[in-house]
Amino acid sequence: MTSESVIREPLVTGGKTVHDVTEDISSRVEEKPAKLWLIAMALSLGMLTVGVYCVATLLWEGIGMWGLNKTVGWAWDITNFVWWVGIGHAGTLISAVLLLFRQRWRMSINRAAEAMTIFAVICALQFPILHMGRPWLGFYWALPLPNTFGSLWVNFNSPLLWDVFAISTYFSVSLVFWFIGLIPDFATIRDRATNKVSATIYGILSFGWDGAARTWSRYETVALVLAGLATPLVLSVHTIVSFDFATSVIPGWHTTIFPPYFVAGAIFSGFAMVLTLLLITRKVYKLEDYITIQHIELMNIVIIITGSIVGVAYITELFIAWYSGVEAEQYAFLNRVSGPYWWAYASMMTCNVLSPQLFWFRKIRTNLAATFVLSIVVNIGMWFERFVIIVTSLHRDFLPSSWAMFYPTRYDVGVYLFTFGLFFTTFFLFAKFFPVINMAEVKSIIKSTGEKKVAE
Amino acid sequence: MSGKTDYILGVFDDEDILLSAIKSVRNDGLKIHEVYSPFPVHGIDDFLGYKRSRLSIVAFMFGLLGTTLALAMQIGMMGVDWPMIIGGKDFIPFPSFIPVTFELTVLFASFGMVGTFFVISNLKPWGKAKIFDKRITDDKHIMAIDLSKNDMDYASISKLLSANGATEVNDKTL
Repeated sequence: MTSESVIREPLVTGGKTVHDVTEDISSRVEEKPAKLWLIAMALSLGMLTVGVYCVATLLWEGIGMWGLNKTVGWAWDITNFVWWVGIGHAGTLISAVLLLFRQRWRMSINRAAEAMTIFAVICALQFPILHMGRPWLGFYWALPLPNTFGSLWVNFNSPLLWDVFAISTYFSVSLVFWFIGLIPDFATIRDRATNKVSATIYGILSFGWDGAARTWSRYETVALVLAGLATPLVLSVHTIVSFDFATSVIPGWHTTIFPPYFVAGAIFSGFAMVLTLLLITRKVYKLEDYITIQHIELMNIVIIITGSIVGVAYITELFIAWYSGVEAEQYAFLNRVSGPYWWAYASMMTCNVLSPQLFWFRKIRTNLAATFVLSIVVNIGMWFERFVIIVTSLHRDFLPSSWAMFYPTRYDVGVYLFTFGLFFTTFFLFAKFFPVINMAEVKSIIKSTGEKKVAE
Repeated sequence: MSGKTDYILGVFDDEDILLSAIKSVRNDGLKIHEVYSPFPVHGIDDFLGYKRSRLSIVAFMFGLLGTTLALAMQIGMMGVDWPMIIGGKDFIPFPSFIPVTFELTVLFASFGMVGTFFVISNLKPWGKAKIFDKRITDDKHIMAIDLSKNDMDYASISKLLSANGATEVNDKTL
């Protein structure tokens, strides 16, 4: 069978056997919640509660509660939307693209990364839904449904409508991909269950999986084809999100560089969020043998690459603005760098372009504390990137008499907090009740790339 | 199935031993009912003589259906049912239809394929797995031999399995 070259580091350390994998991962689901988990859950539920209050007020009073004005009609809402969708991209990238490239290091991290994708996309969806003001009518505005206006249909020329299709397809396909991967692992937990409740619940979730060779053979085909479908899908999603801006005629938005630049930024921020979450999960669940320093280093390398692509994109934008000779475009970028929002631009440049360069040093990219800090810094930077693109392109519009600034209200902050509460609550629930590592896939590589026991 | 069927189960610890055992027992004329594993064993379908799954063709067909429906919907709504001039574009602005068409193609292909997979593999929420041995979702591979479909007697099958590396040979009455 296959075996790895001797130079390769083992992907699973600690001399684990196949049975150890079952034991280590399933027991996390079976045991009573740890104290640390309860504290974390309480914190995120607290955040969620504050958030729910803000969302309820927003829906009751209307979106005038946000700090938007006539000039800056889009600010934190769409910034947060793009930020969360971007974060979601890493999960699909890890599970689909790395599967196509046969990168086996994906196997210990894909489950948690896919979960993160799903929860991040749910958080992202809150913003387009809430910004409608009356979301209960949203179906008629966003979906091609017959309606009382003599069936006046939605406008298929609009990138905002493309977004509806892109995000909902992305969410449903990611969910299916994630669930397909979970079925064999649910079966493992079902077969170990000692009480009736969990036997029933995991029995339903495992869909009657029996592990037959024929089912596995079909399962592998399904996984491969889904990966093949999800790869162009993930690239299309952020491309279409960038079309929201790129197809407009606003200086600073109307650029052809947006699709690749947004996709690279999405992968960049997504990997950073995966690292933030996995470093905590690894520590709390003692998964050091499955998520090794090598995994972390490889993810950091993806961060340097995508961070540098983003950096090149920023500089290209500036160059093209100057080279185009279009005054409005030149002014938009001059204003971005040195206008009243210079501090946002500077934060973006520092966090996204300069800080990831530290990962060129092997010492830093293999250091857990440094990685954790930088992973958060990157996501701060990526939030500023979206803020810079959106607000600085709008706040000084074509008439100087209508120039304005954007000041967030507590409801802008509150709704953002709501999505954080939602994200962490769902992620912690996942981490407790679902197997956080894909047991079946990790078992399949134990023999070829697991570290051999010293005694042997 | 009529009343009582007896299966002989060969338990294997290692996937490579399992693969060579499959090859040699099949050479000896034994018909294998099915092999159950905790993880996908690379190349096992060739050893068992299973044909490549046609699910990728199913995905393609469903994808084609998605493309057709997406284009029909957009052309029907914007070109036929209520034509409007938007931004000076044609009534049927084909480039604008590409994103939605692509997304619906992917959506139909994925859901169609996964749905087909669930149906043909008999996977459903209320499904009850026929488990020969609970350890197959942990760390053991089980080779199940249906006694009624083989001419060999119990003793020789069990000897053959042990000789090919089965760590245990059990029997199962359903």
